[in-house]
Amino acid sequence: MKIGFYPGCSVDGGSREYKESCRALAKAYGIELESVPDWNCCGASAAHNLNRELALALPARILSLAEKAGMTHLLVPCAACYNRLMLTQHELMKDETLRKNISEVTGLEFKGTCSILNVVQWIQKWILPELPEKIKKPFDYKVACYYGCLLVRPHKVLKFDRPEDPQSLDEVMKLIGATPVDWAFKTECCGAGLSVSKTDVVADLSGKIVRDAVYRQADALIVACPMCHSNLDMRRREINGYLKQNVSLPVIYVTQAIGLALGIDRKELGLHRHFVPVNLPEKAEATK
Amino acid sequence: MARIGVFVCHCGENISATVDCDRVAENASGLPGVVHSVDYKYMCSDPGQTLIKEAIKEHKLTGVVVAACSPRMHEPTFRKACAEAGLNPFLCEMANVREHCSWVHEKTESTTQKAKDVVRLLVEKVKRNEALQPIKVPVTKKAVVIGGGVAGIQASLDIANGGHQVLLVEREPSIGGHMSQLSETFPTLDCSQCILTPRMVEVAQHPNITLWSYSEVIGLDGFIGNFTVKIRKKAKSIDEHLCTGCGLCTQKCPVRKIPSEFEQGLGTRPAIYTPFPQAVPNKPVIDKLNCTYYLKGRCKLCERVCPTQAIRFDQPDEIVEVQAGAIVLATGYDIKRTDFFPEYGYGKYKDVIDGLQFERLASASGPTGGMIRRPSDGQIPKNIVFVACAGSRDPAKGIEYCSKICCMYTAKHAMLYKHKVHDGTPYVFYMDIRAAGKDYDEFTRRAIEVDRTKYIRGRVSRIYEKEGKLVVVGADTLLGGQKVEIEADMVVLATASVANPGSEELAQIVHVSYDRYKFFAEAHPKLKPVETNTAGIFLAGACQAPKDIPESVSAASGAAAKVLGLFANDELTREPLVAVVNRMAPPLFSTCIGCFLCQPVCPYNAIEREEFKTRDGKLLKAVARINPGLCQGCGTCVALCRSKSIDLYGYSNKQIYTEVSALLDEALV
Repeated sequence: MKIGFYPGCSVDGGSREYKESCRALAKAYGIELESVPDWNCCGASAAHNLNRELALALPARILSLAEKAGMTHLLVPCAACYNRLMLTQHELMKDETLRKNISEVTGLEFKGTCSILNVVQWIQKWILPELPEKIKKPFDYKVACYYGCLLVRPHKVLKFDRPEDPQSLDEVMKLIGATPVDWAFKTECCGAGLSVSKTDVVADLSGKIVRDAVYRQADALIVACPMCHSNLDMRRREINGYLKQNVSLPVIYVTQAIGLALGIDRKELGLHRHFVPVNLPEKAEATK
Repeated sequence: MARIGVFVCHCGENISATVDCDRVAENASGLPGVVHSVDYKYMCSDPGQTLIKEAIKEHKLTGVVVAACSPRMHEPTFRKACAEAGLNPFLCEMANVREHCSWVHEKTESTTQKAKDVVRLLVEKVKRNEALQPIKVPVTKKAVVIGGGVAGIQASLDIANGGHQVLLVEREPSIGGHMSQLSETFPTLDCSQCILTPRMVEVAQHPNITLWSYSEVIGLDGFIGNFTVKIRKKAKSIDEHLCTGCGLCTQKCPVRKIPSEFEQGLGTRPAIYTPFPQAVPNKPVIDKLNCTYYLKGRCKLCERVCPTQAIRFDQPDEIVEVQAGAIVLATGYDIKRTDFFPEYGYGKYKDVIDGLQFERLASASGPTGGMIRRPSDGQIPKNIVFVACAGSRDPAKGIEYCSKICCMYTAKHAMLYKHKVHDGTPYVFYMDIRAAGKDYDEFTRRAIEVDRTKYIRGRVSRIYEKEGKLVVVGADTLLGGQKVEIEADMVVLATASVANPGSEELAQIVHVSYDRYKFFAEAHPKLKPVETNTAGIFLAGACQAPKDIPESVSAASGAAAKVLGLFANDELTREPLVAVVNRMAPPLFSTCIGCFLCQPVCPYNAIEREEFKTRDGKLLKAVARINPGLCQGCGTCVALCRSKSIDLYGYSNKQIYTEVSALLDEALV
């Protein structure tokens, strides 16, 4: 079967391993992820602060193209892209005049028929049903599931999970044999785009997240957002500087964790691309 | 033949400045049926009224139109004047040429024309007015007060001291409400129970008060002065006449681990229990959901130890109907529990408690004997954080309104803590300090200046547990939004005050309106704060909106004054402006076809079913009947009636139609 796929810039670039692990999972399930033809930038982080029309037109074009390509479901692995696409669909569906204006800008009709899925929703819908029989190596680790801000907020629009204490990633992790820890930083800010301009702030914010995960004795941080991943993984040197200790806690995408449980090759999941080496303790290497 | 008098008022210059009053009077004199028409400077003055009275006698008037202000203002004045001159007051109408004309238009020819038109309509209407007699309704001089907190207690005592019978109905085994749970009260720091329990005892001993605890109102019929209240007296499983309240059963009961409602879950109680030692009535009830006998069919230890054989396991609930003339709703409020707040741990941290729980910890009769000890391990907290506005004033996640009492009780909590733990540090996170009230601001200043409570202006974003401490993360908005982290031993959330569970159901049972937060709605937010839209039902205390003790007591006394005012009459007189379903001779009885569509639209439940039967009981016809005691004359049923069988006295279809056609006739000319 075919599902629409919107990679966005990060999944196609700096977070290639996220796309690779999505595709690896899809392959294991016989799902074809079909990229939106001629897709463009979603405008995340910058556009909606500067120009509302642009902030709506960019995602609207993507959605219109997906509709035109006959996609009924669109997987958007990046939490920021997911957020922008959802907000745009919400805004355009409640205001007909705005919808017409934006359609004029993009030159494409917008119907709002495409169902946008974040990676957890995609997993819940297509991966979970056959998961138990497919597991080869239970992912028997203590994990700290980190949701960040964009996956679950604003709740009024996304209507996904609980905004203050989300549970969906924890539930998925339990199903592959992991033990989610109860911790307080699930939705705390990682510093997001300040990664570039104010790295010290990111070191502080992400450092607290990493510190609490270590304190709760997690073996890995589980994420579903490339921005969160880059701050927690790529900025680890700065984080270590802030924490005044060397923390080797790996940061793994939810798709990579499932992939490991399914016995998919580490390289196919892109685990070799991380800054913090993914060296999980031996115990889980034991087969079922 | 109609003989109508028209009286045009200048209202000083209020009307005459823009309307040519003498021309309005002159024009009216030419209208068919008008035999007398004058204008005068102040029609409502004594000479003005005399003018009307004399004209009625001299010209043998059959109807009067006063062209002046709104009927809201002076209709009673002029109707009374007419009555004094021997004319039925309902044959007097007012043409509003002030609010509807002179005040809202410039001085032009069309303004005077509009005044003429308005007078003409009313002349046509008054010709079709009928002489009506006021409705008299008897009054049952007994009040039912629902809810035995401080408001219900106060209302009951005031009514009873006024010499009337009161039935006080309380849902819980004891009266006292939330006030009996409080440690000390602001702004005086006097002990809550010390001032409340004498009142509770007074209720129990008052010859005019009957107290039914462990009882609930389940139905209400009738109308002002004549209510029938249906009450379920829940089985207490004891014979109250035999029980002496010795307490032996409660000491021996083997089930001891039930979280006590009175202690807010911080203490336990047995299955047969009185909520607290000063309970009124001080006789136990058996909690059937937790009693071993009711669950497993054996035990009966209480029965064996009872010296007076008062235990009755087979006692059924009793449903009783009571006649009453007035109802006072005093069902109080509740608070949001800590599990409402995901960011503060969904209630999973034992040492994050709510305000009522802190009251129990600070209370000398509480589970810790008045020592501030945290629930998890009984340690005395050295750093304690109070979070004001937990859920209040939060349109995104909580409740939009201000819960009103929290600023004051949080200051009180901080003081009580500091008075008991001298080396401890209390912190308060707040949005604004709302301390409007007698001696209130002085009180909060004392908490800050004398007791050195650290007030931080900002919100708490998260509370989490780390290494046995509760990390409270917030912002200090006075320091430019700087992030604040406090490692606390205990956190007290001043959670939002909300309507009591079951308030919506009760409102529907007694037919009073309620607001979107399910608090009962007053008839007017300023001028009728203790009345409801249903005549004869009054509000006392925090069932209407969050209120502190002084306000609840004031409202209760206000409601009691309204009840006493009602009971000062043997009969009630009501304006006869009510709807009626027509009646005629058999076999038709009425043009009503008995569809009863009018029943659900009536906001006052005033429409009943009347059946006509033969002598042997065979049903001939069922038609609607409107209870004149309940009807408020809104006219909704009139508009809805498919067979046009309903009419409104004083505003009949015929009258309205005549008014409209009078207007149109002129317009067509």
